[in-house]
Amino acid sequence: MTVNTQKDGTKLTVTVDGKLGTSSAPELEKAVKDNLAGITELVFDFAGLEYMASAGLRILMSSAKVMKKQGSMRILNVRQPVMDVFTFTGMADVLDIRPA
Amino acid sequence: MKELTIEATPENVDTVIEFVDEQLDEYGCGFNEKMAIDVAVDELFANIAHYAYNPDTGYATVRVDVIKEPLSVEVTFIDNGKQYDPLAKSDPDITVDIEDRPIGGMGIFIVKKSMDAVKYEYKDGKNILTIKKKLQ
Repeated sequence: MTVNTQKDGTKLTVTVDGKLGTSSAPELEKAVKDNLAGITELVFDFAGLEYMASAGLRILMSSAKVMKKQGSMRILNVRQPVMDVFTFTGMADVLDIRPA
Repeated sequence: MKELTIEATPENVDTVIEFVDEQLDEYGCGFNEKMAIDVAVDELFANIAHYAYNPDTGYATVRVDVIKEPLSVEVTFIDNGKQYDPLAKSDPDITVDIEDRPIGGMGIFIVKKSMDAVKYEYKDGKNILTIKKKLQ
């Protein structure tokens, strides 16, 4: 997995490529945590994300809880295997998620 | 049938996924099915790594069987740790608002939803969990 963060004023874009699972989740968690202060618009770009396990889902859930108070959060370019996980867990109903 | 016995640690999750993927690639498994199986393997091996032998460590065996007609794959996880049936846990409520939603507890639920069959048994002091997914 590779994580890239890009800050543009109070907008933070987090791009995640590869596989987001047990071994890689801590790196994403740190990248988000370190950059979230003062952010009003959080965007995850998942165009290059192949799969996401519950370890990744946890990070999105806690980010969503923070952004509910701070501003907005969107998850863009979600591919089928990752969309399935959002659908199975009901996250697709409560988060702003756009398919690829 | 191929199997791998490896120390059950979170660091070994990726090695186990690679091992399973090698078998899946041999049978021309599609991308979406492979990713679903990878997620299930991640969840189940991580579960063993975190809980089966805690606070000690131990080994787990991961076995991959490919079944023809209909072409499907079975992955079996065997450990000698504490007796634990992850399927016995009740499913999370997935209809609540984001503020009230618990952060964890989704792993096994995802496996139940994405696989065609999930089976647990405790036999001869071993936890044996098997998942099955059709490849076509």
